Amino acid sequence: MPLFSEKGSATILEPVPFAEWQQRPAWPAMSLANTDPVEHLAPHVGRLRLIVLNFPKFSDGRAYSQARLLRGRLGYTGELRATGGVLHDQLPFMLRCGFDSFESDQKGFGEALAKARTLFSVVYQPAEDDRAPASLLRLSRRNVETTV
Amino acid sequence: MPDTHFYRPNHFYQYDDYDRTLVGERVEQFRDQVRRRIAGELTEEQFKPLRLTNGLYLQLHAYMLRIAIPYGTLSSRQLRKLADISRKYDRGYGHFTTRQNLQLNWIKLEDAPDALAALAEVDMHAMQTSGNCIRNVTADHYAGAAIDEIEDPRIWCEIVRQWSTLHPEFSFLPRKFKIAITGSPNDRAAVRVHDIGLRLWANKAGAVGFEVIVGGGLGRTPMIGKTLREFLPRDELLAYLEATLRVYNRYGRRDNLYKARIKILVHEIGAEKMREEVEAEYAAIKDGALRLPVDTIEAIARQFAPPPLPHRPAVVAEVEALKLADRDFALWLKSNVAPHRMAGYRIVTASLKPAGAPPGDASAVQMEGVADIADAYGQGEIRVSHEQNLVFPHVAVEDLPAVWRALGRLGFAEANVGKITDIIACPGLDYCALANARSIPVAQRISNHFAELARQHDIGDLKIKISGCINACGHHHVGHIGILGVDKNGVELYQISLGGDVDFGKTAIGTILGPAVTADKVVEAVDALVGTYLDNRGDGERFVDTYRRIGAQPFKERVYAAV
Repeated sequence: MPLFSEKGSATILEPVPFAEWQQRPAWPAMSLANTDPVEHLAPHVGRLRLIVLNFPKFSDGRAYSQARLLRGRLGYTGELRATGGVLHDQLPFMLRCGFDSFESDQKGFGEALAKARTLFSVVYQPAEDDRAPASLLRLSRRNVETTV
Repeated sequence: MPDTHFYRPNHFYQYDDYDRTLVGERVEQFRDQVRRRIAGELTEEQFKPLRLTNGLYLQLHAYMLRIAIPYGTLSSRQLRKLADISRKYDRGYGHFTTRQNLQLNWIKLEDAPDALAALAEVDMHAMQTSGNCIRNVTADHYAGAAIDEIEDPRIWCEIVRQWSTLHPEFSFLPRKFKIAITGSPNDRAAVRVHDIGLRLWANKAGAVGFEVIVGGGLGRTPMIGKTLREFLPRDELLAYLEATLRVYNRYGRRDNLYKARIKILVHEIGAEKMREEVEAEYAAIKDGALRLPVDTIEAIARQFAPPPLPHRPAVVAEVEALKLADRDFALWLKSNVAPHRMAGYRIVTASLKPAGAPPGDASAVQMEGVADIADAYGQGEIRVSHEQNLVFPHVAVEDLPAVWRALGRLGFAEANVGKITDIIACPGLDYCALANARSIPVAQRISNHFAELARQHDIGDLKIKISGCINACGHHHVGHIGILGVDKNGVELYQISLGGDVDFGKTAIGTILGPAVTADKVVEAVDALVGTYLDNRGDGERFVDTYRRIGAQPFKERVYAAV
């Protein structure tokens, strides 16, 4: 399946399934089922370079939570790849949850990725993309108004 | 120009440029998605979740657009726009739902983006009124006016609305997710039968917080929610919700559509285990970015500050005189008018259940009439109740006769709120693709049979709720009398249950009375139930009280002798 990456560079290392990776935890690339417990990776995230999260169907959203836990709680900074049911219209959500590369065979996916971050200039909640939610922007705007 | 003629500031949350930008961008995103669907770039399977999270259903005959009315609060200007939209893009009427939304039943796919753009002009949207995401948050329809209110729940509904809108992690949940909030001890928001119900209350120290109730719901497996937290400090609400949703998103069942709601997860792992999971997740995030700064809460709370209501007399001679002169007015005062926190004011309910009409329907002309009444006598504000009526939260006692007459001209002055003809019914087989049986004609037949107002008032408070299938959109499980349409070998039959209730502390799921009856016997069955009650009731007992005291047997005998 074609691979797309926002940064334009995705690792070529072969991800191994979680169970197999547990046999050889030195390998820096792995693939998780959306029921695999990401918490177990806590001691290892520093040396992992690729984690692939799976969407068995585009409507099965468990990997969004896995992604946020990996990024937000475990502090994983390597490549986070979405595979399986990955469609244009999920990109704004996936980017906010910390995914940065995508396997998709949907037509025009590259163009959709290029403009996915510009679809919404306002967000309402904190996530893993460091965008300030509207509530926070309002607060700082009010503070500026009161100091002026 | 009615908009400017009656201009007054609103006393609920008003969009700023951030909200308008987001809603506008969402409309443009959907316009592009519709274009791609029509061009064949998206399959119906791929398009379905996209249109659903923009409120667009494919029904029996056409697309249906479900418009969000957050916490059931509307300005007169917004209601006029809804009337406009129903004329321009639909057939000139709409249906107010049990989740405080408005449904238009005849939308064309290619018109949907324009209809959404028109909604955005009055700061409204249809986001997340469908799909497996966090739905429109509902509240007590008396919020901000109720005499028993501890705090206006809409402040928290708005905070939850923003947090849940386009939430990147929770837009593909196992199933839909409904949240309701009440700020009064007398729960009018049915918080125990929602995926999450939140009840504001003050503890002994005087601090206000939330009781967090999780895993309630109706549908095919009705359940009363369990209290996961007795008292949650208000500023920790979003962290607790995020923790609960994360546990649900990760562990909720996805193998069976009918077992995917959070109530099944809570039931299968138990409330204790659920609490452990949620509390563990919550502990990890509670001091993070979701904790609400006091300034944020206060800025939103200020927007819900009650309108400055001038002093008006509490006792008015004209009202007293009309009460004696006109029996219908006297009955209307009893059933459709509730106390307000200020002595010279009342909360007035416009009944969308005139005898024989489809419950909850309003034409564009009626919507505009309601908007005019709100402007002239009601601070320009309207509420939608989950019982499918419209409410004017702030009406001066002095203005009650004028409001009653004006509502009469619209056909909305029926003195039946809370009575046997104030029926909740889903759209049923007349519109809905899921239904097994018709609901609206059954409601209409009961409504015609019991139309006589004095008789209705004699029968007293009695909630009849009708669903056209086990998905229970008509809330039949919690009706004092619940009626469920079922299909048996192509015949529409109706199963009757008794004793359901949504009052706080008494929330109960009704018990099935016996074999289902045919459509033409439903009225006889209800008549027999009412007769049994009237023959057996004690002093001050409502139908449901008598049922609880004497049990199902006497009701059952009379019903099955009659049908």
